[in-house]
Amino acid sequence: MSLFAIVLLPLVAAGLCWLFRANALAPALTFASCLAVLALSWHVAQQAVILGTVVAIPHGMAADSLSALILLLIAFVGTTAALFSWGYMARMHAHSDRLWRYYASLNLFLFSMLVIPLVVEPTFIWIFVELTTLASAMLVGFENTHAALEAAWKYVVLSLMGAGVALLGFLVLFAAMQAAGGGTYTWDGLVTAAPHMPPVLLQTSFVMILVGLGTKVGLVPLHTWLPDAHSQAPSPICALLSGIETTAVLYVILRLLPVLKAAGLHLGPWLTAFGLVSVGVAAFLLLQVRDYKRLFAYSTVEHMGIILTSAGLGTPAAHYGALYQVLSHTLTKSFCFYAAGATLLAVGTREIASVRGLIRTAPFAGVSLLFGGLAIAGAPPFAVFLSEFSIFRAGLAGGHYTAVALLVLFIAIGFFGILRHINGMVFGRPMDPSRVFVRLPASCQATLAVAGLPVIVLGLYMPAPLHELLRLAAATLDR
Amino acid sequence: MNIAPDTAAVLDALNTLAGGLFLLTAYGIVATRQARGCLLLFIVQSVLLAASALLLGARYQAGHLYAVGIINLVAKPVVIPWILRRTIYEEIYTRREIDQVLNIPTSLTIALVLVVLAYFLTLPLERALAPEFRGANLPIGFAVLFLGAFTLTVRREAVPLLIGLLAMENGAFFAGIGVSRELPFLVELAIASDGLIMVFVLGVLTRAIQQRVGSTRVGALATLKEEASR
Repeated sequence: MSLFAIVLLPLVAAGLCWLFRANALAPALTFASCLAVLALSWHVAQQAVILGTVVAIPHGMAADSLSALILLLIAFVGTTAALFSWGYMARMHAHSDRLWRYYASLNLFLFSMLVIPLVVEPTFIWIFVELTTLASAMLVGFENTHAALEAAWKYVVLSLMGAGVALLGFLVLFAAMQAAGGGTYTWDGLVTAAPHMPPVLLQTSFVMILVGLGTKVGLVPLHTWLPDAHSQAPSPICALLSGIETTAVLYVILRLLPVLKAAGLHLGPWLTAFGLVSVGVAAFLLLQVRDYKRLFAYSTVEHMGIILTSAGLGTPAAHYGALYQVLSHTLTKSFCFYAAGATLLAVGTREIASVRGLIRTAPFAGVSLLFGGLAIAGAPPFAVFLSEFSIFRAGLAGGHYTAVALLVLFIAIGFFGILRHINGMVFGRPMDPSRVFVRLPASCQATLAVAGLPVIVLGLYMPAPLHELLRLAAATLDR
Repeated sequence: MNIAPDTAAVLDALNTLAGGLFLLTAYGIVATRQARGCLLLFIVQSVLLAASALLLGARYQAGHLYAVGIINLVAKPVVIPWILRRTIYEEIYTRREIDQVLNIPTSLTIALVLVVLAYFLTLPLERALAPEFRGANLPIGFAVLFLGAFTLTVRREAVPLLIGLLAMENGAFFAGIGVSRELPFLVELAIASDGLIMVFVLGVLTRAIQQRVGSTRVGALATLKEEASR
């Protein structure tokens, strides 16, 4: 029952936004629906830990612990993004009469993302991955400037190009399943049929899905659209795009790992190599960015690479590390974009070089930006530090010394790149001391507090229920 | 599969013919300068896709494939041009692209290489499939997918780019009806309606770009190029 409600609530909210076209009502409605979805997701996660799987439609819609983890993250970022949007969009688009459109698209976007972890039929998931692109395209281009429209166009065309490749991948996978004697086309059915599949079909389909969906995840060399889209969209949308949309799509790729394992195919080293290339390229790009939203966007490419690298290592501990990284990255990156949004409200520019001494001109934004920068770069005592550490440990235990050494090197370069820029923005001498002090909207302050809490708490200790969920989710990948 | 061998042979031959023509339309999309020409080629391509689905449906007595054929026959040649007409201004169609990234002979040569590549890539896949799934559909589908992707890299106008995306989807489908016939009907319907939403979103976006930027040469937009630009 809860699964249906989770999916229907954002749809209803989108419908109501569209029906009433009331700019004042839409944010409250969206926030309320997100809160309800978050509560339900929490309930589903608890059930998934106890029961193993929560089934709504047999062979159609169900949530195991891995789904529940992703679901919970989508719901959490959705809620904080809705809260941040409330004050942020009202301030940025004070005289706009199109705000209801923003909230309608936001709800549709959330709907399409929430379905991804809950559906177990791969071709259906493909459809919803495509819907996330289409629903978010309107949000990326919402500012309606030349740059925003250009970013939206690149985003849509490249993502859809990838989607075309992935579609054929899923159809070939279906053919592989039929060649293995049929069964139900679900994640579980695939694992069962995998040992009898012709390896060449499975391999081809996996490569096509990896390349196709990898475009949307932002893996190098298919990442070129990502910094554009993730920097031009309104900040709360950036938090959703960077924090959770990439991860939700990566989740679909991760779901295929048990299938490969059951078929006895060892593609792990390829995944690790592919992941390391993303981490490395992103680390060097981080050094030379000039726009602080692009800084966080490149950091997303880096983190997607880290997750893929860890997933490719293939040991249970590495799978745990990958999912731990998913958790910490999502929470931290969404916080970073809220901090970037707060900074943008305070200074009105996205250029790193024109922001100096933020801690004096806009203390709240400055502290948030520093907090976010340290957390996402992987400094202790924040969540990302612990998750990266668990990946290093898993890699060393598995004997993957080269991979770990490269990972440490690239992360260190990324760390330096991020903090060099953040340091200049937060400290340093204010360029224009006479600038009027801008007070952040209350909803933005509340969002920063709420979204920042798990970033620091998870850096200090891991609550037992969450640890249990992560452990069970990692076990799903090890089947 | 209980149909006379003669009929089966005729249906197979017709399906191969449809496949050949299907591939030709993809070449046409690579080479056609005028937006309206691209759209027309896409319509022909979709009709051929539907024809192949119907022929395979008759050949293997598969009800699903009839449905796929009919959905494609309605959604693509009729609804998509209608959506485009509603969202994009008419004058875009009359626009000719003079400065493609590559000139047309070079493009066609590369396209030829891509098609040969698609045939070689699909050879091992064909071998792994049961005999009734082998045939022209898989290699031609892959080839059209590649040609669609290639179209995206060499074109700059909005409408030909959109047609390139749709051609990729057609290619994926063309291969799909060859190898995965039992796909649930709901999935087919959803994928088809997905294509419609895609056209609508890109159409709206194109119109916004046209109003704001004053050009539909979207491939040439480059203000966000790289960090060093400012």
